[in-house]
Amino acid sequence: MKQVRSTLSTATTLAFGIAAAAMSSTAVADTSDQCGWQPDRAVTVIVPWGTGGGTDANARRLASLLEDEMGVPFNVVNRTGGNGVVGHTMLARGKPDGYTIGAATVEIDTMHWIGLTPLTYRDITPIALIDRTSAGVLVAKDSPYASLDDLLDAARDNPGELTASGTAQGGIWHLALAGMLKAEGLAPDAIRWIPSKGAGPALKELMAGGVDVATPALSEALPLVEQGEIKALGYMSDTPMEQLPDVPATGEALDSGWTLGAFVTISGPKGLPDEIACAYEQAVDQAVHSDAWAEFKQSRGAPVVFEDRQQTRQTLAEADDKLGDVIQSIGLAQ
Amino acid sequence: MLVETLANLFTPEHLAVIAACTLYGTVVGAMPGLTATMAVALLVPFTYFMDPLMAISAIVATTSTAIFAGDIPGALMRIPGTPASAAYVEDAHRLSRAGRARSTLCVSLFAAAIGGLVGVAMLALIAPQLARVAMQFSSYETFWLACLGLSCAVMTSNADVAKSFASLFLGLFIASIGIDVAVGYPRFTFGNFELYDGISFIPAIIGLFALSEILRSARSGETGTRVTADQEPLPAALREALATLRRYKRNVARSSVLGTLIGALPGAGADIAAWICYAVSRRFSRQPERYGQGHVEGIVDGGSANNAAIGGAWTPALVFGIPGDSVTAIAIGILLLNGLTPGPRIFTDSPELVHTLYGAFALTNLIMIPAGLLVILVASWLLRIPRRVLMPIVLLFSLVGAYAITNSAIAIWIVLALGALGYAMEANGFPLAPAILGIVLGGIVEDNFMTSMLKAQGDLLAFFERPWAAALGTLTLLVWALLLWRAARDALRRRSPAS
Repeated sequence: MKQVRSTLSTATTLAFGIAAAAMSSTAVADTSDQCGWQPDRAVTVIVPWGTGGGTDANARRLASLLEDEMGVPFNVVNRTGGNGVVGHTMLARGKPDGYTIGAATVEIDTMHWIGLTPLTYRDITPIALIDRTSAGVLVAKDSPYASLDDLLDAARDNPGELTASGTAQGGIWHLALAGMLKAEGLAPDAIRWIPSKGAGPALKELMAGGVDVATPALSEALPLVEQGEIKALGYMSDTPMEQLPDVPATGEALDSGWTLGAFVTISGPKGLPDEIACAYEQAVDQAVHSDAWAEFKQSRGAPVVFEDRQQTRQTLAEADDKLGDVIQSIGLAQ
Repeated sequence: MLVETLANLFTPEHLAVIAACTLYGTVVGAMPGLTATMAVALLVPFTYFMDPLMAISAIVATTSTAIFAGDIPGALMRIPGTPASAAYVEDAHRLSRAGRARSTLCVSLFAAAIGGLVGVAMLALIAPQLARVAMQFSSYETFWLACLGLSCAVMTSNADVAKSFASLFLGLFIASIGIDVAVGYPRFTFGNFELYDGISFIPAIIGLFALSEILRSARSGETGTRVTADQEPLPAALREALATLRRYKRNVARSSVLGTLIGALPGAGADIAAWICYAVSRRFSRQPERYGQGHVEGIVDGGSANNAAIGGAWTPALVFGIPGDSVTAIAIGILLLNGLTPGPRIFTDSPELVHTLYGAFALTNLIMIPAGLLVILVASWLLRIPRRVLMPIVLLFSLVGAYAITNSAIAIWIVLALGALGYAMEANGFPLAPAILGIVLGGIVEDNFMTSMLKAQGDLLAFFERPWAAALGTLTLLVWALLLWRAARDALRRRSPAS
């Protein structure tokens, strides 16, 4: 933590000495009267997913940067369970006093369609978007399919023959595949979905020959693709992934231009006052554009992304429509 | 290469980190309710500021010692500190009540250290080959393996067969609470979303073992200590432990190797390794009737198997970057953060990391011996504390531990409910161990069965189509047939003298 603090405030320290360094964050926040809120005790950061996962890693790294910026401890609490329902509910129902924030993820746009919870993105206050990952279309290294078209043709000719995995039934990566099939004019279940407990188990099944296709986040499979253990046929984004430029982006390669990404936001409980949300927005903006964050993102093979409050709200609303449409078409809607 | 690895290992900072983590792991593992995974998760913020070799050593040291230290409250208070110690907790506790706490724990410690060393040796020698085999395991194979594990409940139990089955099915019922992974339907949750994730394992084990033990001691009105006050002197305990290990050296070798292999399989871990090795040990023992009555042989097997499995669990993580459990998932995250990508190429791209990992494993298992002896020395004084003072403290720790796992008050309710259940079961002669096994394996059996059925679209023959699945399936069915045949034979024998 000392290292981070010193890099962040080197310039200030040079100019104003050590005393000013402690004040540097206040100085930034004070630029606008409206955003002058400052926490004066520990803040709880709710993560609806388990330790060791992508959301957890992003939230923990950001929490340590916010800690340095705002000068109070940011305690990350993993409230897992119920496919994300538990954590998102705790976040939405938290006291909107600025001392509870959390990492709301794309699942807030899917779980209410599936009937797990009445909670929607309208029940949280978006602050910023800090992470985006897109699905990859993966097959085993000895698979007969060499391209996305091969795979789609096979699925069109023999609907229900092939199987795919990547997450639980109705999870974001299931919707990625079903949505792609539907957009390409196939039945959304032309490739049957086999639920799994996440990307790791699904990749294991793929390599063991248990399923034909896997569609988790491409970044999760990056080492295995780079080392030739599995083949990536497509990347569900508008542009190819930086590390894997040869894997075609579905936005360009498919006629339908289908893309799908998961995202992680930093959000507050419903009714978080503007003043507090704005202060956090600025703090997150600054943290996300630091060198420490860039380094962290690079280690995970992900680009640095940032969206402000308005953009994040819009992203949440658009994803809600799009995913609701897919969920209804595959008959999972309640 | 060797010189470089040794130079990496034997820097003062590195040794200090390993020593500190060894002690830290021992303390966390010895607290009922705190797990090895949790110990590692708490380490993560510190690892940001360590170099990757040191960070990996810290994780390895913490997990290895936490798994061993789980035996300590198991022996002293009949409360397994981690799920991996549950298989032989009855034997360990009975021995320590007979005044042999120190020698029993020394046996655990040495068995753990040897198991750990065998595990890392196998990791170093055959990791790539082992990982290739492990990656052949799809849901069919995992299903059969878990079934084989469940059979251990009946194979290892001394109690009435019907009561063992009843206990096992209670465990399986508890495991079925929550959202099922296959179709996402909530079961037995009564609309309470806190239960969607199921009954967490740690509160369950605390309830069944710790709270029921506390209730029992309150009921029986034990005021003083029932354990003989005079402890064995440490040198005598050490001699005794070494003699035990010499006597059962075949068990150590068998369970260390088997434990490593089981640990390498996706979905299986230290706890399943301990159960299976305990069951195998009983099957091949000359005195199977003494298991569960305070017999040290099973402790030798279970204690070496669960530590060997830790080494095994690193194989899929290291070779394919696919975590075998939550600990290795965290470890992969740390490697990535430092620009090291686990995968087939890590052996050629960063051999110094791989070798240091092996070195740290070996070193940890050696440092664990003095650290463990120290803790055993201190911990066995616990037995001198009157139970009426000790038990409320244990209750407090247990509840805090249960709450800390889930950050939710529901965990406390689970402890209370299962504590009452455990007390009622024991009072009526139902063994607790099968219930725990049911809770551990219920989810794995069900998930893999449902996944397999979805894949095969209901075709049961698919469970025998793949080579490993066919072998494991046949083995499982043979074990079941054998159990049934023996039950029938016993029933007939019992009837014939009467008639």
